[in-house]
Amino acid sequence: MAFDPVKSVLSAGGKHGLSENEKRDPIGLAVAALNKLAQSDLIDRLGIRRTSEQTVFRVTSAGFKTAGAAGRAFARAGGKGSGSRVPAAQPTGLFDLTPTEDEQMLVDVVSEFAAEMVRPAAAEANETCAAPEELLKSSLEIGLPILGVAEELGGIATERSAVAGVLVHEALAKGDLGIAVAALASGAVATTLSLYGDEQQQATYLPAFAGEDVPAAALVLAEPTALFDPFAPATKATRSGSGFVLNGVKSAVVRGAEAELFLVGAELDGEARLFLVESGTEGVTIESDPSMGVRAAGLTRLVLRDVAVEEIALVGDAKDYREVVASSRLAWCALALGTAQAVLDYVTPYVKEREAFGEPIAHRQAVAFMVANIAIELQGMRLVTYKAASRVAQGKDATREIALARKLCSERGMGIGNDGVQLLGGHGFVKEHPVERWYRDLRAIGLMEGAVLV
Amino acid sequence: MSMNLETPKKIRPLIDQAHQVAMNMLRPISRKYDLAEHEYPKELDMLAAMIDGLADSGASEGAGATGVRRDESAAEKPGNKNGANLASVLSIMEMCWGDVGLTLTMPRQGLGNSAIASVANDEQLKRFEGTWAAMAITEPSFGSDSAAISTTAVKDGDEYILNGEKIFVTSGERADSVVVWATLDKTLGRAAIKSFVVTKGTPGMKVERLEHKLGIRASDTAVITFTDCRVPAANLLGSPEIDTKQGFAGAMATFDNTRPLVAAMAVGCARASLDLTRDILKQAGIEVDYDKPAFNQHAAAATFLQLEADWEAAYLLTLQSAWMADNRTPNSMEASMAKAKAGRVGSDITLRCVELAGTLGYSETELLEKWARDSKILDIFEGTQQIQQLIVARRILNLSSAELK
Repeated sequence: MAFDPVKSVLSAGGKHGLSENEKRDPIGLAVAALNKLAQSDLIDRLGIRRTSEQTVFRVTSAGFKTAGAAGRAFARAGGKGSGSRVPAAQPTGLFDLTPTEDEQMLVDVVSEFAAEMVRPAAAEANETCAAPEELLKSSLEIGLPILGVAEELGGIATERSAVAGVLVHEALAKGDLGIAVAALASGAVATTLSLYGDEQQQATYLPAFAGEDVPAAALVLAEPTALFDPFAPATKATRSGSGFVLNGVKSAVVRGAEAELFLVGAELDGEARLFLVESGTEGVTIESDPSMGVRAAGLTRLVLRDVAVEEIALVGDAKDYREVVASSRLAWCALALGTAQAVLDYVTPYVKEREAFGEPIAHRQAVAFMVANIAIELQGMRLVTYKAASRVAQGKDATREIALARKLCSERGMGIGNDGVQLLGGHGFVKEHPVERWYRDLRAIGLMEGAVLV
Repeated sequence: MSMNLETPKKIRPLIDQAHQVAMNMLRPISRKYDLAEHEYPKELDMLAAMIDGLADSGASEGAGATGVRRDESAAEKPGNKNGANLASVLSIMEMCWGDVGLTLTMPRQGLGNSAIASVANDEQLKRFEGTWAAMAITEPSFGSDSAAISTTAVKDGDEYILNGEKIFVTSGERADSVVVWATLDKTLGRAAIKSFVVTKGTPGMKVERLEHKLGIRASDTAVITFTDCRVPAANLLGSPEIDTKQGFAGAMATFDNTRPLVAAMAVGCARASLDLTRDILKQAGIEVDYDKPAFNQHAAAATFLQLEADWEAAYLLTLQSAWMADNRTPNSMEASMAKAKAGRVGSDITLRCVELAGTLGYSETELLEKWARDSKILDIFEGTQQIQQLIVARRILNLSSAELK
């Protein structure tokens, strides 16, 4: 934070959600001191707590720090050539909303996984801020990390697979958005390397993602500041010999404590670029950063202090970075679709069963119209997102379409989350029902950058 | 091939053509007939002749008011189809980008033509070919509740005798004929409601007056009375049987076809506002950046992004409902979704664009204020916003009209 650390004791701003204008008076000062005392346990008041207890990293509370995971060594491989690339999809020229048979099969498999495994695990994963290990293992069997990776690099993509990616993100988020993000994070890094990596980067890093023991990895673009612009990150890269030195604080880092590889956005020579950072690199610190929602993704911050990386670290050019930002935003739109669909599917039977004044509340227009509007806005979000995805798949410029999808999914998606809780009334506010989680999750759409990508 | 939501290649030339017509024929007379309400836009006769010519040559892909007919033979060929429904909504969008009122008063492109195309049998279709048909549903005592129709049709030999008063008849004065909704037997409810083609000059049919309106002033809106008006029995569209099981479905089928068209009108009109506002903002030094987060841009640019996002949703919902019709997939819920979204964002976008352009937008020197007036009707006729929500809600919640009133 940019706040001045030297402050009068009467100044209360800068923490606890207080603005800088807040000032304490003498009574306020006394109350603050009393509160501090009241918060501590008896042992603390007696001064006998052992300080060593605090060193364990807990992803469920803010402020815990740890070094990056002691990851595997990615053995350097491959020559200096340019990397493999998947071709763009070839359109027939006809308007068509039907997915291919392959895409439909994939959606069916992922949908079943989302319903049978993801949804039942969602509530606990939200509490523990972690997706269950077995569940993440199962997600590997579906091939999630290599969905967007070229066939010749060990993946399953024969062409640009943005549509399949969107459909999978949507289907998985219908189970749970947080778990979906955890399960899809490694794939975001692998897909980026397949799309933009050079021969050496692909040969060095991609085999691990196509293998049995897939590393946790995170596409890291966001930073914890208001009005963050991914094209002007505060995180800086400077040249040092043939390599680079990185400094800055990144946020929304999925499973940061477990991740072995980060793909980090930083400014180099006035342009935003992507850098690979292995977790064991000196100067890498992970800070727990549990947030309003998307908790199962184990969100953390990534603090980079004089982190030296080799020449191999720089992935793609500034134009590629632009595409990565766009494809990541598109993936978040797809996640919004799945979560919003979960809301619609949940409130529909609820308002038909819940009675008030002697009849189901669904029989009242005030309620029924909210449900209708959820359905209308959701279908609009879906079509705008699909159009953007089909343009990406066809290799067409989709900047405009992705920006519109993001705006729409942000506004209308949050509206759906809000209405979802409202339709259940007080029951929507308690954790017995999942709508409060979807409310928290849907707030992420439109503000997130990075983490997932199609 | 996977999904593709681009404009179909084969319809592209038609859209370009419609765009040229809208730009070079409708826009230049747009303000003229907004100010000269009730004056017949004589320029349109030549345009209508040209459109007929295009239809005959096959260049129009079957687009237009009659393009909504569901061709039974199409069902036999498997695979994805982009046909007359998509062509119709896409060309109507362009025409309404030009001018909604003038599009509505295009000879032989009336909503009555869509009704005939939707429910007429083959013999009737041939007999009424080339007629310009208006649509008369609403009466002084009801609007949305079409089942409350009180205009009566009584069989007498091989004629029906119509009695009643119809209001809000678009092109009611100019059209060659009017499709009139009337009940054969009020006690039998919706199932007894049938539509009749009444040709102009039929004794007993009288245009009482024309309305003065908020917008679409180039289009005449008539009050028509029917007093012992005798219509040939063969002019009853569809089946004369009162099938209580089928209920209202026959008459309502028209709406499944016309709602995407009205949604397309709203989409076209809203795009006119967006196109001009983008220019006006650019002149003021503000350009929308699709990469930069909305909040890092000028508030006007961020607002524009939101409007354009809603527009894109309305546009694609409209295409979806037409595409489903082309592929013979039941589309009444999707047609209502498109009409609901397009209707409300049509008003929102055009009104917001006036605000964004300030007094320039509010003034008659520009067309922004006109589009903000024109668009309002599109959230009302062919089923109001609330009726569309009701239809969607009943479908999603699987509730009857008795349960969800």
